[in-house]
Amino acid sequence: MSAEVKTQAPETVTVEIDGRAIEAPKGASIIAVADEHGIDIPRFCYHSKLSAPANCRMCLVDVEMGGRPAPKPLPACITTVADGMVVRTASERALKAQKGVMEFLLINHPLDCPICDQGGECELQDLALGYGRSVSRFVERKRVVKDENLGPLIATEMTRCIHCTRCVRFLDEVAGTSELGAMFRGEHTEISTLVGSGVHSELSGNVIDLCPVGALTSRPYRFSARSWEMLSHPGVAPHDCLGSNIDLHQVRGTVKRVVPRDNEAINECWISDRDRFSYEGIYSAERLAAPQIREGDTWHTVDWQTAIEAAANGLRDVVAQHGGDALGALVSPSASLEEMYLTARIVRALGSDHIDTRLRRGDFRDGVAGDGFPGLTGSIAGLEAVDAALIVGGYPRHEQPLANHRLRKAAIRGGAIMALNPRGFDWNIDLAVDAVVPAGEMARTLAAVVRAVAGRTGQAEPEALAGWIGDEAPDAQATAMAGHLLDADNAVVLMGGLAEAHPAGAELRWLAGRLAAMTQTDYGELTDGSNAAGGWIAGAVPGRRADGQAASGLDARAMVTRPRRGYLLNGIEPEHDHFDGAATIEALAHADCVVAMAAFDSPALRAGADVLLPVATLGETAGTLVNAEGQWQTFAGCAKPQGDARPGWRVLRVLANVLELDGFNYQAPDEIHHEIRAVAGEAKAATPTADGAPTPQPVEGMLRVGWPAMFGGDPLVRHAPSLQASVHAGEAVVEIAPEDAERLGIAEGDSVVVEQAGVTRTLPARPSDQVPAGSFWLAAGLVHSEGLGGLIGPATLRVDGGGE
Amino acid sequence: MSHAEAALTEGLSKAEQAEIDQWLARFPDTPDGRRSAVIPALHVVQHNSGGWLPRARMDAVADYLGLPPARVYEVATFYGMFDVEPVGRHKVNICTNISCMLRGADDIVEHVEKRLGISLGETTPDGRITLKREEECLAACAGAPMMLVDEAYYTDLTPEKIDQILDELE
Repeated sequence: MSAEVKTQAPETVTVEIDGRAIEAPKGASIIAVADEHGIDIPRFCYHSKLSAPANCRMCLVDVEMGGRPAPKPLPACITTVADGMVVRTASERALKAQKGVMEFLLINHPLDCPICDQGGECELQDLALGYGRSVSRFVERKRVVKDENLGPLIATEMTRCIHCTRCVRFLDEVAGTSELGAMFRGEHTEISTLVGSGVHSELSGNVIDLCPVGALTSRPYRFSARSWEMLSHPGVAPHDCLGSNIDLHQVRGTVKRVVPRDNEAINECWISDRDRFSYEGIYSAERLAAPQIREGDTWHTVDWQTAIEAAANGLRDVVAQHGGDALGALVSPSASLEEMYLTARIVRALGSDHIDTRLRRGDFRDGVAGDGFPGLTGSIAGLEAVDAALIVGGYPRHEQPLANHRLRKAAIRGGAIMALNPRGFDWNIDLAVDAVVPAGEMARTLAAVVRAVAGRTGQAEPEALAGWIGDEAPDAQATAMAGHLLDADNAVVLMGGLAEAHPAGAELRWLAGRLAAMTQTDYGELTDGSNAAGGWIAGAVPGRRADGQAASGLDARAMVTRPRRGYLLNGIEPEHDHFDGAATIEALAHADCVVAMAAFDSPALRAGADVLLPVATLGETAGTLVNAEGQWQTFAGCAKPQGDARPGWRVLRVLANVLELDGFNYQAPDEIHHEIRAVAGEAKAATPTADGAPTPQPVEGMLRVGWPAMFGGDPLVRHAPSLQASVHAGEAVVEIAPEDAERLGIAEGDSVVVEQAGVTRTLPARPSDQVPAGSFWLAAGLVHSEGLGGLIGPATLRVDGGGE
Repeated sequence: MSHAEAALTEGLSKAEQAEIDQWLARFPDTPDGRRSAVIPALHVVQHNSGGWLPRARMDAVADYLGLPPARVYEVATFYGMFDVEPVGRHKVNICTNISCMLRGADDIVEHVEKRLGISLGETTPDGRITLKREEECLAACAGAPMMLVDEAYYTDLTPEKIDQILDELE
């Protein structure tokens, strides 16, 4: 196309596609304009979210410009529309070109759709029906390509590959890992890593959806169903605070797979591997199949009636003997809004305000915000438009992979993404500032940034600042961070998991709040679990009831450090899902009555609980999750609950009925939903206040620093075997600064004994220059890292066998 | 091709970095510009690694140019002049493209295969000669049939001439 665009209105042009006059933005490709207007052009390599290499040639169309036809058909994916252009997508010449391309593509493609997992949902199969010949003219041998092991999530059948390179471009442009390439040449081209290193991106599963043929398919789902026998149900992914939209595909009540559901405002057309493959946990052998009650040291399987009565009696006895104050509830931050609300109502009806969903929080000095839920004051989609972002204590790449994707897009656009963390991470974002400081220094570093902002803008700095940094002048790094935030028109300060678990987290939140206010940027918390905002709205926090009334209960940490007589647990595994696993196990062991609603059975749960109530998990129950920007996303149940499991809201309703509490006669979860709506009203994300500056609290001595690994954050992912077989899971490793390793005489692979809160664990060690001296990194949610003390907290470390 | 006594198996030597820097100076100092230096950099590295490109050496090039390793592997596998598997001490490339084919390249290939006892794409058991597969036009059609041995062209080949050339290879 050499025709120059001559138009008076440079923003839009008028083109004619298949006889229809269409106004289109200048610079758009023909295929994008056609897609928008429902005109179908066949394609394999083109994808609206990826660059267009024009290498499959399937989208060839007839183009005419100024009455002169182009000498040959042009690829619609890289030909841009121009004023007066006439496009024919199905003219004789276009069709002939498309059919010719199809014939070439089918030369090397196996014709064995009946044994291919993609059969029935294959773009090549679909287009071959329309554009292919009924009989192949090709009689020579077809090429064969050896399969490569890309890891436990993606199955390969590379002989089927048609070299569209969507997977290569996705990993390059979206995932930022560039793990695959088009190796060799021509007929011998193979999509591969060449060196067998596998594909480990946190978004790797999306290549399965992108692959137009059966070359890359889902390994866990492989050969377990056919696309046409499955029913699709909309759902919401329950693993991070974005609430990515998903479709669950089900056959006769069994979830076979999870795929993304397009939602430009949240997950675009992607989902993380965690959201895609966690469904395997539904069918884990460790599902709690039936209600259990303990008598002495023996467990009995009982019917629901008996179990609920035992639970009600146990809780009633605790309250009768010790008062409501003796009761506490620990609720998963990923429980549904309805379950949180019912749990809070039950606990409060029994006379206790001790309920919390902020289970991994390390510092509660700042209490519960009165003006809004923890989350983003801006939008999720808005993260890709920021000019600057400061992430305080967080690694969104593993915590909220698709928030990280938005920030990566911002960085590619030229935005300055900065991080302040107690360890270095393997970012796929080119960070403008990567501040790695010892955990105990984080508040001081943040205070220095606040001072740098005050210095540059001439604003008065908060009086409390001196408590952290005396009269020290900010260093170059702090000045640079302040500069990026001040120079940006649109910036955000984001708090991540390591700020949540930080023993001086209240200080970090207060300082970040001041920083946001002084630089006029947004403040946001990328919260733990999938419904932290819902916890606030439903009143499942100690400081606030659903109707907005203030309350004063014990927070999640206080509930285990000042043990209660009775506990109600919902959706948690005590050794994994609390800031301080050791204290939680201890507190449960000494309680008179522990009622646990759980989807999964575990020795730790049996050690602590007295009544186990099996509840439904992903796909088996209905509910609402509120994401970080405050979207209420409701989903319905579509799969049959395993064993005797029941939806959590139903269990809570029956429990309340047996406890003879008023107003629990809900027939369906949407009744609860509407009631919460009516009680809670509209809410916005909390904005930090200038009041109540927390007093700096020194964090000293050897520190364990950790946060759940990507596939260790909740019971469902921990029971998903394919995710657990990936490189992101497995046995915990102690990462230690090289200078500390030398001081303690620790070499790579040595066993070290970690001691935290009286619990010892022997684990392999790895010196790493990503970890600052004075602390060691030990992720939670991995094999052997459960049941230790605080996620960030004092610990000792010694070489195994040395110095008892 | 000269073979360094101890072929390098990892990292880039100072001399190699200096040579690659000379190439980098000819391209814009942008990520795409640096990518332009991949081919010359691979030549430099292959020359010092026994005529082929071990993975660690390709990774070193990727690291030096600031590219993901896969982008370097793609280039290394695309071009016939790079090898990513170990090769013999000498690489014999017989052109089989159209001019040479019309002038009897197929007979030449057959003769060489018989003489060395190996097929195209294989290396003699003593590790002396690798016969490269599918060598494309080397732009010396006037002297067809021709071949490239390491870094030298030989034209107007006959079986006798080839025997002499091969015998002289150590």
